[in-house]
Amino acid sequence: MKHPFDSAQLKKRQRKSMLFKSTALLMVALALLFLVVFLFNIASKGYSAFTQSYIYVTVDFSKIKNNPRVAIERQHRRVISNTWIRNLPNLIKENPSLKNETKKLWALANSEADQYIKGHDNKLKSKDKALIERLKKENRIKRKFNTILFTHGDSQMPENSGFFSAIKGTIMTIIITMLVGFPIGVMTAIYLQEFAKDNRIKQFIEININNLAAVPSILFGLLGLAIFINFLGMPRASALVGGLTLGIMILPIIIVTAQSALRSVPDSIRQAGFAMGLTRWQVVRGFVLPLAMPGILTGSIISLAQAIGETAPLLLLGMITFMPDAPTLVTDATTVMSAQIYTWSSMPQNGYIERTSAAILILLGVMVTLNLLAITLRSRFKKRFNL
Amino acid sequence: MSSSIKISIENLNLWYDKKQILHNISMDIFQNQITAFIGSSGCGKSTLLRSINRMNELIEECRIEGSVTIDGKNIYDKDVDEVGVRQRVGMVFQQPNPFPKSIYDNVAYAAKVHGIVKKGKECDELVETCLKKVFLWDEVKDILKEQATSLSGGQQQRLCIARTIAINPDIILMDEPTSALDPISGGHIEELIVSLKEEFHIIIVTHNLKQAQRIADHVAFFDSGHLIEYAPSNILFNTPQKRQTENYLRGIE
Repeated sequence: MKHPFDSAQLKKRQRKSMLFKSTALLMVALALLFLVVFLFNIASKGYSAFTQSYIYVTVDFSKIKNNPRVAIERQHRRVISNTWIRNLPNLIKENPSLKNETKKLWALANSEADQYIKGHDNKLKSKDKALIERLKKENRIKRKFNTILFTHGDSQMPENSGFFSAIKGTIMTIIITMLVGFPIGVMTAIYLQEFAKDNRIKQFIEININNLAAVPSILFGLLGLAIFINFLGMPRASALVGGLTLGIMILPIIIVTAQSALRSVPDSIRQAGFAMGLTRWQVVRGFVLPLAMPGILTGSIISLAQAIGETAPLLLLGMITFMPDAPTLVTDATTVMSAQIYTWSSMPQNGYIERTSAAILILLGVMVTLNLLAITLRSRFKKRFNL
Repeated sequence: MSSSIKISIENLNLWYDKKQILHNISMDIFQNQITAFIGSSGCGKSTLLRSINRMNELIEECRIEGSVTIDGKNIYDKDVDEVGVRQRVGMVFQQPNPFPKSIYDNVAYAAKVHGIVKKGKECDELVETCLKKVFLWDEVKDILKEQATSLSGGQQQRLCIARTIAINPDIILMDEPTSALDPISGGHIEELIVSLKEEFHIIIVTHNLKQAQRIADHVAFFDSGHLIEYAPSNILFNTPQKRQTENYLRGIE
């Protein structure tokens, strides 16, 4: 002890405090590291899927009779997408003057050639590799932004497969999920928190809701299959069935978070409202709900993000299958983003590897956008009520 | 001063769960007077106050027997809606609790809901009158659209009184309205209460004996849920009839 404010015990207490602080910091750093590694891994695998290779070839439309392949030089046929070649007769249909012409066109490269051009693993034969190298020198190969990824549905050909039907399916499913989950969840929470008498029945219901929040999501898939598809006869694999099932799945989470948001509104506000001769609903509507809204929104967005990423229950609803066409109605069979990622990840072709990672990036992008939306909404509410 | 009866409490017993809080309270409260309830903490004076506008019913374990008759009607009769009671019996709380809305809306909101005024000029006038009555108008007339929570504690409490008188009640109950405020703000509220006496019948719960002495016409002293003594202010403070009252006033147990 050198001065009156020093003691051995104080040093010991400070050391403990420092130890806790540094451990916590280490944990934060570790979590960040995982996140960075994960994002870097996905991004480095996936970024190349946002471009697609095209090869400049001569097409002799006059040769097209039955087999459109003959319109293209034999050696080029092996590096060009079969779907692109099969589409050539359609070009003539759209523009009959092409019929007897010979034209140079940028043709979509097939997946193996594309992978070779991008420098990924591929099964291209050595003579085709040499061909690509030659074409490269002649500047007959270019990489363009991959619009197919955003305009096409799934395909057996990796180069022709896109994420569009999954994105559209997810949006339709999520809209139904929210239409089901949000109003029912918030109303249940308001009833339980503001109106219901605190008795055995209410406690029993609350315990069950809390338990439901912990039920594995695949069981909700079983429920959806049994009730919506088998009992009510709704169309299988549709956005309607998926949305309803996910809506039920997120209900308990919305109820629990909304209830705790309502509970955090100070009781003095309610007392003030009641003392002014307002009915219970007027008090809830006028004061309690606006104050609880930021919390309710946060909970809803979290559960929404969970619903977007959910795959297991959709498996039982038939949504994890090959789905080339985008749905137009909610009753059409569709797939969703998470299901499409799952499908692609199990495909054998090399071309699907980068597409899987790109799909994950898009899914993450959608979630980040949603979270930002939630944060903006919440801060706007907070500003309005000066919290 | 006229002494016609406004509120008549008869044989009021009140339980929270199994614990009896109020024991057989009977008293008459007179028109256009300030009646003060005094007594130590937990003596039931706030509970009695809240029985007069049926606020106790918000607590589920609460059970009440007896009657509270206002203007000849028992407010605990089956055909009386407690919401209607609270509209005519306003209440001001210990902690200022303005609504999380603008100053203007704090005064106007309930009045509009009750259909006392319509949106627009009529409503503006009501807000102005009420804020003038609580001596707040000059301080807030330029910031009516701002949040009520931005006001000081004393201003918030005056705003709470303004919003209560905006719905035009008969009786105003005040539960220790100055105890959370500094002495200057408290003084303003006291003056305000006295000025409202002509228009409203006021019942105030207070811990501050000086305050009761200054503003009250009648004073009731409670102990452990029993009404011990109820008399005009000067009589109770100068010549208390009961030993318990005397001890309390002198600060002895």
